[in-house]
Amino acid sequence: MPVIEYIEAIRLAMKEEMERDNDVFVLGEDVGLKGGVFGTTKGLQQQFGELRALDAPLAESAIAGVAIGAAMAGMKPVAEMQYSDFMFPATNQILSEAAKIRYRSNNDWDCPVVIRAPIGAGVFGGLYHSQCPESVFFGTPGLKIVAPATAYDAKGLLKAAIRDPDPVLFFENKKCYRLISDEVPEEDYIVPIGKAKVMREGTDLTVIGYSMPLHFAMQAAEELSSELGIEAHILDLRTIQPLDRDAILEAAAKTGKVLIVHEDNKTGGVGAEVGAIIAEELLYDLDAPIRRLCGPDVPATTFHAPGEKHFMLNKEKLKTAMLELARY
Amino acid sequence: MAKKIVEVAMPQLAESLVSATVDRWLKQPGDMLDMYEPICELITDKVNAELPSTVRGKLVKHLIGAGETVEVGAAICLVEVEAEAEASAEPQSSDSPASSSGEAPASRPAAAVLPAAGFDANAPMRHRYSPAVQRLAAEHSIDLNRVPGTGEGGRITRKDVLEAVASGNAAIETSPAAPTPAPSSAPAPSAASLAPMDPKIPVRSSGIHLSESPRIPSIEVEGQELPGRGEYFIDVTPIRNTIATRMRQSVSEIPHGWMMIEVDVTNLVLLRNKLKDEFRKREGINLTYMPFMIKAVVNAIKDYPIMNSVWAVDKIIVKRDINISLSVGTEDSVVTPVIRHADQKNISGLAHEIDDLARRTREKKLKLDDVNGGTFTVNNTGSFGSILTQPIINYPQAAIITFESIVKRPVVINDMIGVRSMVNLCLSLDHRILDGVICGRFLQRVKENLEGYNLETKVY
Repeated sequence: MPVIEYIEAIRLAMKEEMERDNDVFVLGEDVGLKGGVFGTTKGLQQQFGELRALDAPLAESAIAGVAIGAAMAGMKPVAEMQYSDFMFPATNQILSEAAKIRYRSNNDWDCPVVIRAPIGAGVFGGLYHSQCPESVFFGTPGLKIVAPATAYDAKGLLKAAIRDPDPVLFFENKKCYRLISDEVPEEDYIVPIGKAKVMREGTDLTVIGYSMPLHFAMQAAEELSSELGIEAHILDLRTIQPLDRDAILEAAAKTGKVLIVHEDNKTGGVGAEVGAIIAEELLYDLDAPIRRLCGPDVPATTFHAPGEKHFMLNKEKLKTAMLELARY
Repeated sequence: MAKKIVEVAMPQLAESLVSATVDRWLKQPGDMLDMYEPICELITDKVNAELPSTVRGKLVKHLIGAGETVEVGAAICLVEVEAEAEASAEPQSSDSPASSSGEAPASRPAAAVLPAAGFDANAPMRHRYSPAVQRLAAEHSIDLNRVPGTGEGGRITRKDVLEAVASGNAAIETSPAAPTPAPSSAPAPSAASLAPMDPKIPVRSSGIHLSESPRIPSIEVEGQELPGRGEYFIDVTPIRNTIATRMRQSVSEIPHGWMMIEVDVTNLVLLRNKLKDEFRKREGINLTYMPFMIKAVVNAIKDYPIMNSVWAVDKIIVKRDINISLSVGTEDSVVTPVIRHADQKNISGLAHEIDDLARRTREKKLKLDDVNGGTFTVNNTGSFGSILTQPIINYPQAAIITFESIVKRPVVINDMIGVRSMVNLCLSLDHRILDGVICGRFLQRVKENLEGYNLETKVY
């Protein structure tokens, strides 16, 4: 099976879906001629023409609004927010229109739109190129939200999102783009939305998370295993809305010690909901307080490097937190 | 002046870049480097650039060759610097992931050594039990006082309990896991519990507590005297804790209903008086009222199987086997050993079983098997002189019945007053499963069975 980069998996998912279905098209700032600021849509305009790889004006509300309208009219748009930090002007379109139209029209209308947005810091992007806005959209009924950590899941989830009959937010991690490569089959496949995946089996503690921090957890887990014989059980949520409750409970019950990780800030994040689910269902299986390791409650990372280093999760932070919980 | 070797790391040249390639080295080993002097040329997906030196000194060694690609942050070459430059060079080297990950593990293994097999009973976290630990200890009858704690501060972890279960080292010998419903009752067949049943003498039965001077419960001996205080503390033993937990579970989950019925057992008293000496000689044990009572209850359950059931929220599970839990009290606790397949035994067989269970309970030789699987509980509360009790159901069973003291009382029969031996039966019922009509019929059937005993009744 070929090993490809995370960003290439995303590009291939769009390319293959556009080949498979003429209603699929992409739009966003610089997605056409330039092929995206990161190169995610490279070659799509050459292959499918200007009408299916649309360069949009610098107006995220318009990008989302046009995509939502096209979706309601029967198309399957994949809208790109150049950085998720720029997504907030489009928030009203997403929350008030896309998320609600099926409910509001009593099933007469639907909105099969996909909105892609790169999240995450650690690339010296400063305040407005580094944020994780999941918690702004999380908890909104009518939206599905996915956040893959591997190339395999990125391709499979993006295909599932494009084929999904309802709005899906696709949060891709920009630090994963060229850092993460893994085996991705050439043939067509999807990763079902709403299903978590066990990345690593273990018995000493459970780490639950999504996106980039899971890779730090995996590295820390390997070191803890070889140095101290501590085996971490790691669950990749993959979809953060709807959460895979069964998988969360199974993973938590396996060890009774749960560490939840994400880069989005701690207060009101996805981890709070995961923690609450476990607290509601699994009191008698818990062997330690539920812990969270997340970004600090500050507006965003800094631009200067020491500040960003302090802000970011990394292998050492994960390792310290995991060891502390394993020893508890 | 002292020299020091520092690493020069691959910088992040642009956002989203995670690696870069050295195209050409501009400085060779032995060359002197000035601050900001280009060391090499780099190629990335986005930009090509020269890498300026961040230190002043002599290039010692290239760590990667031209054309090689490394991750951002990895060391690419070593530079010898003056020691006075150390202050500025230091953060440079410790910033590189290679060195920071190198030293971290070294400091950890020492701290990871687990406490030895022996453990400190006074460790600060020793008695902080997590919900998982408490649940597992209760499920597997583990005495946590005997489990070594390997967690932080000597805490007993879930894994420690699972280990104890697997090794069988800390099991509680007398299996007090059995929930016990009613106020403590004496061993059912205790010889002293029932006075001789000569109809000529008063039949008021007296329990062991009335006929013996009660021993001081051993549990109090463990109490801690606090001189000068008007109170003292008693440590809660594991079995007391189990009783407390199960009682509370029963009372809070099961809506208890209560009924009482009065039974004329004059004929049963006469029957037992006729048989008891012969029975004692033949069987070597006392013939008490309990086997007669249990037989009467079991036969009534056969007619009303719903009494032998469990509430399962969306359904009611009716048990085919009739396994009678028998409340047996000791001085400081109460357990409920089980008579299995009580419906398949005659009165003599029941008498033997009761005697055996009561004796083993007092000797603390019950096995886990002896206390599990009960489907209905009978409690001989009369043995301690009670004439009326309101028992707590033995969770998760559907009902519990008590057998009170037999008392001689004036009774109206056919408009005439006669002196009869009377007994009260009290029934607590799970009102989610059972209602008044079915329980009334059940109690009537028990009454009929008890009043149906006569001098011709066989115990074999």
